Amino acid sequence: MRDVAVVAFAQTHHTDHDTGVSEPELILPAIDEVREKTGLRSFGFTCSGSCDYLAGAPFSFVSALDALGAWPPISESHVEMDGAWALYEAWVRLQHGDVDTALVYGFGKSSLGNLRTIMTLQLDPYYLEPLGLDQLSMAGLQASALGAPQEELDEIVRRSRADGRANPYALDLPLEGGEPPITDGAAAVVLAAGDRAGELCANPAYIRGIAHRIEPHYLGMRDLSRSVSAADAARAAGVGKGRVEVAELHAQFAHEEIILRQALELPAETVINPSGGPLAANPVMATGLIRIGEAASHILDGRAARTVGHAAGGPCLQHNLVTVLEA
Amino acid sequence: MGNSCAVIGVGQTYYTTKRRDVSIAGLVREAALRALEDAGLTFKDIDAVVVGKAPDLFEGVMMPEAYLADALGAAGKPMMRVHTAGSVGGSTALVGASLIQGGVHDRVLVVAFEKQSESNATWALSTHLPFNASLVVGAGGYFAPHIREYMRRSGAPEHIGTLVAVKDRQNALKNPYAHLKIPGINRQMVESTPMLWEPIRYLETCPSSDGACAMVLASESAVTGTPAWVHGTAMRSEPIFRAGRDTVNPQGGKDCAADVYRQAGIADPRRDIDVAETYVPFSWYEPMWLENLGFAAEGEGWKLTESGATALDGDIPWNASGGVLSSNPIGASGLIRFAEAAQQVRGMAGEHQVDGARRALGHAYGGGAQFFAMWVVGREKP
Repeated sequence: MRDVAVVAFAQTHHTDHDTGVSEPELILPAIDEVREKTGLRSFGFTCSGSCDYLAGAPFSFVSALDALGAWPPISESHVEMDGAWALYEAWVRLQHGDVDTALVYGFGKSSLGNLRTIMTLQLDPYYLEPLGLDQLSMAGLQASALGAPQEELDEIVRRSRADGRANPYALDLPLEGGEPPITDGAAAVVLAAGDRAGELCANPAYIRGIAHRIEPHYLGMRDLSRSVSAADAARAAGVGKGRVEVAELHAQFAHEEIILRQALELPAETVINPSGGPLAANPVMATGLIRIGEAASHILDGRAARTVGHAAGGPCLQHNLVTVLEA
Repeated sequence: MGNSCAVIGVGQTYYTTKRRDVSIAGLVREAALRALEDAGLTFKDIDAVVVGKAPDLFEGVMMPEAYLADALGAAGKPMMRVHTAGSVGGSTALVGASLIQGGVHDRVLVVAFEKQSESNATWALSTHLPFNASLVVGAGGYFAPHIREYMRRSGAPEHIGTLVAVKDRQNALKNPYAHLKIPGINRQMVESTPMLWEPIRYLETCPSSDGACAMVLASESAVTGTPAWVHGTAMRSEPIFRAGRDTVNPQGGKDCAADVYRQAGIADPRRDIDVAETYVPFSWYEPMWLENLGFAAEGEGWKLTESGATALDGDIPWNASGGVLSSNPIGASGLIRFAEAAQQVRGMAGEHQVDGARRALGHAYGGGAQFFAMWVVGREKP
């Protein structure tokens, strides 16, 4: 595979309420920042991730193009998935060898609707959605399947929220209570291939492995206390081939962190979610991309040599993406 | 462009107004199984699945790929969900092809669908983003002014749209999967239907269809059966609100065509391409895209249509399958174009086969005529 690296990452100062900015206005500062960091105005490929249902209208990604100033017309695509999968699509595109740079972004304003209920609309519309299980109910099912001690879960929340307070981009939240916050925010990443990576930044965070797997949708078909798809993706990405210093996990709930840690076989010395993770800022559709960006930042800043970024989608960690980044 | 990629299986459902007999999962699985059967493979032979569809509001299921993972045999595999507005079917094929061209996988299943009967597309298109103005017009109301501007610029006579509406429906009579089959279709019949959005009459617009289309894509070493080789792929996007962009003859479409022609070594599309499946949801988009895609000079596209050049027996047949005007499961419509292009060069298009087709163009557009996806496929390996 061609060497591809994260060479720049930017995110918004996430908010727990609607600040009145449109989606293009939300994205623009993050795009500007990665452009400034890399000195690039245009990219060989662009890909984004967003979800129409957050705004309750079709084509949330259409007006985002206005934020890019996509002129002359650009080679661009969009996934109705977390921006982490947009990064995956861009990584694949860079493997062709004809383009060397890619811009990836993800964004979402969860403040505009009732996110817990909206997530219900993601379920099988015939057999599951009519049951009315919202996001918290499903998380509750998974937490009870795992059966972790309450103190362990509370400690994960406490640690995440404390770390979040130290992260200028995350929210300032109480140290108790296990719900991921409603968050508006966006993030952008620039990928560069081959020699371009070294030209664009001092310490490129090379993607040494990236893989994702989905598993059955129906909760009854899965052992909810484990994540087979995260474990498979981690093996395919080569997580275990070296020491992982930092792992940023897309764990929206404390019990998900325990399940993922187990699936990725992360040892106790691996630092988990030093950014505070999704429990400290959860801009849906950007949260997974931010995990990769945060994991990459440790390498870009020269603070670590090997990190892991993880993203999840679907009810109860149905779909998992794992990225191994190295200096 | 990366490694070689080929289409080795195509599967379509019969397109119709309401598929009451199947769920959304049943619909996509039907197309997927037909594509696998065509390739002589099963779900076990597939490395990854790529799903495409237009806005989730069209069915009222958010990110339905999560729920469709089981029906598409994706459990334990990577699955992607593409959404690039009306061009999404084309983009889905390109994302699938990219996985092979990038050397990541050997066999990819791409599936696109729409089950329009689950909801109301015009309503879904008419809601607007917060802090943005709503046009409340649906697709026909949005594109009609662009068509009127095309007529003004080119001086095209008013009956050109009618000719396309008749020609594509005549082709649909030869396509077993087509939705609209109107025996004896003629100009008088089209001209007697109500005016919906001046100058678009009822029979000059696409139907609302339920349906799915699937393709199996393979790397060179994983080819089974009859391949259609990918000679070029390209995507382009431009901002919808950019002042000064030409919405009648968009730059994005021209650039996308130039890119895909360069990869495929096409100097003159009318001469070098044997058949084109293009996204024509309203009759007038045939002459408009003939110009945008370089088959005719600016202002001359309607003359090609009028001369019969784009008919099934013309020198450059457009939409031999009956096109979007005859079947429109929106999210799948682009993929159907790409798949029909592949069927032509595989020599497997049936009654609407263009004799000796060696190279074909698949084209899709979306949004405010701002998203473009194209590929050129050929009988020979590039």
